[in-house]
Amino acid sequence: MSETTITKNPIPRRNLISRLWNDKESRSVIVQIIAAALIFGFFAYIVRNAAANLEAIGKGYSFGFLSQPSSYDINQHLIEYTSRSSHLRAMLVGILNTLLVAASGLVLATILGFILGVLRLSRNWLTNKLSYVYIEYVRNVPVLLHILLVHGIIVHALPIPKNAISFNDAAYLTNRGFFTPRPILEPLFWIVGGLCVAGILFSLWFKRYAQRIQDQTGKHYPVFWICLGAIIGIPWIAYFILGSPITWDTPALRGFNFKGGMVVRPEFIALWIALSGYTAAFIGEIVRAGITAVSYGQTEAAGALGINRSRTLSLVVVPQALRVIVPPLTSQYLNLTKNSSLAIAIGYMDIVATIGGISLNQTGREMECMTIVLLLYLAISLLISAAMNWYNDRIKLVER
Amino acid sequence: MNQKSYPVGEHPDLAPPANTIGPLAWIRENLLATPANVIMTILVAWFLYKIIPGGVDWLLIDAAYTGTDREACQAKAGGACWAFIGERARLFTYGFYPIEQRWRVNLSFVLLVAAVVPVLFDNVPYRKYGLYFSMIFPFIAGWLLVGGFGLTPVATDKFGGFMLTLVIGVTGIAASLPIGICLALGRQSRLPIIRYFCIGFIEFIRGVPLITLLFVASTMLSYFLPPGTTFDLLLRVLIMVTLFASAYMAEVIRGGLQAIPKGQIEAADAMGLKYWPAMRLVVLPQALKISIPGIVNTFIGLYKDTTLVLIIGLLDPLGIGRASLADTKWTGLSNEVYLFVAIFFFISCFSMARYSLYLENKLQTEHKR
Repeated sequence: MSETTITKNPIPRRNLISRLWNDKESRSVIVQIIAAALIFGFFAYIVRNAAANLEAIGKGYSFGFLSQPSSYDINQHLIEYTSRSSHLRAMLVGILNTLLVAASGLVLATILGFILGVLRLSRNWLTNKLSYVYIEYVRNVPVLLHILLVHGIIVHALPIPKNAISFNDAAYLTNRGFFTPRPILEPLFWIVGGLCVAGILFSLWFKRYAQRIQDQTGKHYPVFWICLGAIIGIPWIAYFILGSPITWDTPALRGFNFKGGMVVRPEFIALWIALSGYTAAFIGEIVRAGITAVSYGQTEAAGALGINRSRTLSLVVVPQALRVIVPPLTSQYLNLTKNSSLAIAIGYMDIVATIGGISLNQTGREMECMTIVLLLYLAISLLISAAMNWYNDRIKLVER
Repeated sequence: MNQKSYPVGEHPDLAPPANTIGPLAWIRENLLATPANVIMTILVAWFLYKIIPGGVDWLLIDAAYTGTDREACQAKAGGACWAFIGERARLFTYGFYPIEQRWRVNLSFVLLVAAVVPVLFDNVPYRKYGLYFSMIFPFIAGWLLVGGFGLTPVATDKFGGFMLTLVIGVTGIAASLPIGICLALGRQSRLPIIRYFCIGFIEFIRGVPLITLLFVASTMLSYFLPPGTTFDLLLRVLIMVTLFASAYMAEVIRGGLQAIPKGQIEAADAMGLKYWPAMRLVVLPQALKISIPGIVNTFIGLYKDTTLVLIIGLLDPLGIGRASLADTKWTGLSNEVYLFVAIFFFISCFSMARYSLYLENKLQTEHKR
């Protein structure tokens, strides 16, 4: 073997910085230090600017204005509210209004969405295409437009109170809203309410008890009917035995509008229908994808086991489809809640319209009001995410 | 009567039974399969019968296409009053952009088409040069629309109508994709400070409605600037819309990144690729391909969300429409205005969705091979 002189390359003496930069570990530390410095510097810069700007116009950063009287009216308030109430109270009214429209929207959107998803899979050509057209139209048009359109239709197409559409002379549909009788609860009614709560508690216990008995002995109770009887049937009978302890305050036409009763305002109806109809189209597609994701072999296997069609659906297909449906459903719920902030366009008094709108303009406290609004929405979003994650954990596949 | 006998194996093919082909069989199969189906068909047919004739009458047949005010419209016919839209068409298109400068908007639009085509389709001639043009297009368009450097400057509060929608939509789409990719990579990063910053940013933006961010832009943002400086409302809105869309984009792309098997990154490591080349050459092409439907959905969402700017006083088509409704000559025509704007959005968003399907199919065939 010939002698080869391998001249070892001397390690080039590079300077310290380039050595650190070429080492993976030290480089990641450097990058992070630079990133942290930039982020911190940026925030310090804007906070300093904000402080200087606020000082220049003589404004502080304090939430004292919340206790001052708001001096504006809110047409829909679930809790006692007058224009002499504080801004804090106005904010609470706004929060409740947002939660009301979001919660009722979620319920209606889920129901409509599941119906749409099932219709979309229907073998009937007409219903299939009709739901397709609906879904495509709704998904490709901005939600704000839907809200304005529905509101416009309600305000322009429904009759004025004088020519109201009457339902059995008890409820009236007009362009000022939907007027219904208001129940006035007499003291005895609380017995009925108490029985109803007791029925719910009993049902929760009975469902588990029946499951245990079925696991042990195979004996099967008609759980649904017994629970229905406990929650609705018994209170219903008690209601008549006690002599119907509810009186109704029916609305009546006085002058140009209805007085008495309850009113569901047109802004609420418009927002509710538009948001639910919009979100339902997305939910419909999610439901369709979820159901088609369950392979047909599952249905066939259930058939081979002799499980009948409706039980196949409720015991085999739907539980598996739900695993696919729930995560995207969560983000649709969040979208609906966030889209409810568009209420301001039609004058429904939600969080943005009360504390982020009129209160902000009256007090000039932009910083504080917007901070509150952002934090409130973050809190609501986190709550919905947490609830849906809890539900998702319950239904997801248990893997060993 | 035609009991003709054939040698074995030579019986001619018979036509399928008459009750399994043709329109009647189709109707039985698709509309009247089961009793429930029959009921459903009857209900839907009745519903369509109630809706369609009246709707077509109102929309087209009884509609007035010419006229100078609302009374003229109603005197002529009982249907929709499209004359209103016709009179305001220019306002709907250009907003309050100065009339003698509107050629600049038109030119930008033509250039936009020229810039978008090479991005969308890969079989156009001279695609490479087209892509270079697409890259410099935003600067050309910005110069054309805003002016300066030899052109008459136009204030951005004169922007409006469909032009404003396109300005916000195209800017947001073009800017949110790269920012979204960076945020998604940052969220997956092994550097904790960068990771937590990206998570915080994404979750904050996704937790609040766009309208509150626009309020922040219109009321609060000027406080965070050095005293005495202001900047343009449209620019602030563009920044907010872009940031909002990029947070959603980041989550879509993260879904794609998570679907890439770890072996791909390890293989890239084994090849000696550093982080950025590994991402650019190995991971991102696969991740972005999977995320196309989500990305396009985010684009569509962003495009639809441009209507929200009317709440802080910018005049997008919906804002123009609402302002026009205040005109006493034309009051009460909200249905026409909203339908018109809805058709515009439907056409743009539906074609985006169709393009996404086309792209998916194109990439899908490459997989199957």
